Amino acid sequence: MNWRRLYAVLIKEFRQMRRDRMTLAMIVGIPIMQLALFGYAINLNLRNLPAAIADQSKTSASRQFVMDMIATEVIEPVTPAQTPDQLMGMLRRGEISVGVVIPYDYERRLALGQEAVQILVDGSDTVVQSAAQQLAQIPVGEPPPETDIALPNRQSTVPLPDGPISIVAFYNPQRVSAINIVPGLIGIILTMTMVMFTSVAIVRERERGNMELLIATPISRAELMIGKVLPYGLIGLVQTSLILLLGVVLFSVPIRGSLLDVYIAALLLILANLAMGLLISTRAQSQFQAMQMTFFVFLPSILLSGFMFPFDGMPKAAQWLAEILPLTHFLRLIRGIMLRGADILELWPDLVALLVFVVVMMTLAILRFRKRLD
Amino acid sequence: MSESDVAIRARGLTKTFGSLVAVDHVDLTAPRQQIYGFLGPNGSGKSTSIRMLCGLLTPSAGEIEVLGLKIPAQAEVLRQRIGYMTQQFSLFSDLTVRENLEFLAAVQNVPTNKARARIDDLLEEYHFEGRSGQLAGTMSGGQKQRLALAGAVIHEPELLFLDEPTSAVDPESRRDFWEKLFELTDAGTTILVSTHYMDEAERCHRLAILNRGRLVADGTPGELTGALKGRTLLVESANQRQARECLLKVPGVISAAQIGNSLRILTDGEGEVSAVQQQLQQALNSAEPGARITPIAASLEDVFVSATHRETGDKATLDTAEPLR
Repeated sequence: MNWRRLYAVLIKEFRQMRRDRMTLAMIVGIPIMQLALFGYAINLNLRNLPAAIADQSKTSASRQFVMDMIATEVIEPVTPAQTPDQLMGMLRRGEISVGVVIPYDYERRLALGQEAVQILVDGSDTVVQSAAQQLAQIPVGEPPPETDIALPNRQSTVPLPDGPISIVAFYNPQRVSAINIVPGLIGIILTMTMVMFTSVAIVRERERGNMELLIATPISRAELMIGKVLPYGLIGLVQTSLILLLGVVLFSVPIRGSLLDVYIAALLLILANLAMGLLISTRAQSQFQAMQMTFFVFLPSILLSGFMFPFDGMPKAAQWLAEILPLTHFLRLIRGIMLRGADILELWPDLVALLVFVVVMMTLAILRFRKRLD
Repeated sequence: MSESDVAIRARGLTKTFGSLVAVDHVDLTAPRQQIYGFLGPNGSGKSTSIRMLCGLLTPSAGEIEVLGLKIPAQAEVLRQRIGYMTQQFSLFSDLTVRENLEFLAAVQNVPTNKARARIDDLLEEYHFEGRSGQLAGTMSGGQKQRLALAGAVIHEPELLFLDEPTSAVDPESRRDFWEKLFELTDAGTTILVSTHYMDEAERCHRLAILNRGRLVADGTPGELTGALKGRTLLVESANQRQARECLLKVPGVISAAQIGNSLRILTDGEGEVSAVQQQLQQALNSAEPGARITPIAASLEDVFVSATHRETGDKATLDTAEPLR
């Protein structure tokens, strides 16, 4: 290993990176964008959905209920309506996202503990559906201080369908909290960017003919590969810090374990992904092929690692496949460290799995890389 | 030629890609401190040969010795002592002129304390004053080639491999480029250069003519053209196309190429020049009675056509000669 040559490759990479605006934008943009997107999806407290209310009861109790609903600011009445049919027409035409029907016998239904209010929701938008769930939390028929209306009695003899408020076309997707998502997001973003950056970076040099020039010089395989990979490793650590910082500031994600352990886990995942990128680069003939191969790694990683779906719920075959993905092990590590406050050594099986992955992939990549054109 | 005067020696050099024989039993001897040319059309095996000689491709068969080193076994040692300029511009487009040279100086082990002075010298010598901060990708074809050459010689190699260095360059830049090559040989560098330009081939000290992977002729340009003495004739007539048709039917005529208002005839060299001339005149008597036939000096193109004709035994050799300019 000649340090001057390695340093020359590093400097070259940083200079090229500085001029590559697209890559720079991706380095910072992807973590911020993903965090914002996932953060938004988690934050289901939607406000000011366009709505219409058909209050057929027109009693003081129903008006009170309407006022309570509007006070939540989840819905905002935009047009007047009289009948459920009108509401359905408005929904279909997209004029409103939420329609509220209060029937003539609202008070009687309340008294009997039956469904008293119907909320019609634009079911084509799952986010709206989950917003409607919030509306269902509004206490119905809460007695205004000066009146004396009985609370709906859940223990009444009449079997209750759901509660006083029923929601039509409602599907509540399993809620995932920011606290669970942010640590996983570090893994997702590192997997997405690291594999792609390295594989494309090397294949690009081959496509442009730079590689033929490089391998005709005394530079060694290790100098070339380490020099190409190190700058991206640094970028990975920058991304990790960015996500951690935003996660803590915006979503109050806790870091219950040690910060050093978090970075050790992140560094291992970065190395694993860089090695995988290198291996892809020895195989891919063009940048496009490198991107395609990256997706072969990326999709199973996202779907099987436990980020999207609970690991234990997957079929056995999928679990075995997931065990060879570095992201699976990283997720266990990072959730353990950040959320459960575990020490990284307590999670040694996943630590070892990642280490083995790095060593195997890196060895394969260097062995497969030849200073030859054939 | 004694051993120490030989820069490159190859015996039975062969490279196959699957069923394609790219280079077929080529023997070469290139002397030191000279420009040795590879002349041949696209796909004749020039690049493949160069890549094998500098250790980038493993030969399927044959022996190579470059600067006294066995290739490919000692390729790593050789890499310290050669410069290689690829056919396609292979420096970094997104680095500046100076950054490219700095990178190459480090990678080629130019001592740190000398690198800066060497780069400054090259910038001046290769006319990059005031351009050292320009991105390499934004330069013209001629400038890129100059920069690539500057990069290839930054560590003052004994031997330079240049793979079609001027294929994308205007004539004036080509002339400047060749001036530089002669300066380098004067300073003791050996150069192996491939080209498909006849005028460039003529400037080489020695030449190897390649066609379809085979070495079809080699020697100095003078030896090669001299061997065709008496076999090239110029025919001036009213209708060249008609005359050409008649002449190609004459036995012994290998090719008849139209050059403006005349035809350039190459014969197989059987029989006396005067007898051949008479034969041609007779063939033209009916169609082009006023035609004038005069012997002329052979060119490298004639050498190429003659050599490939011998190789293939094909009368339509003009087709093979066409990629040559």
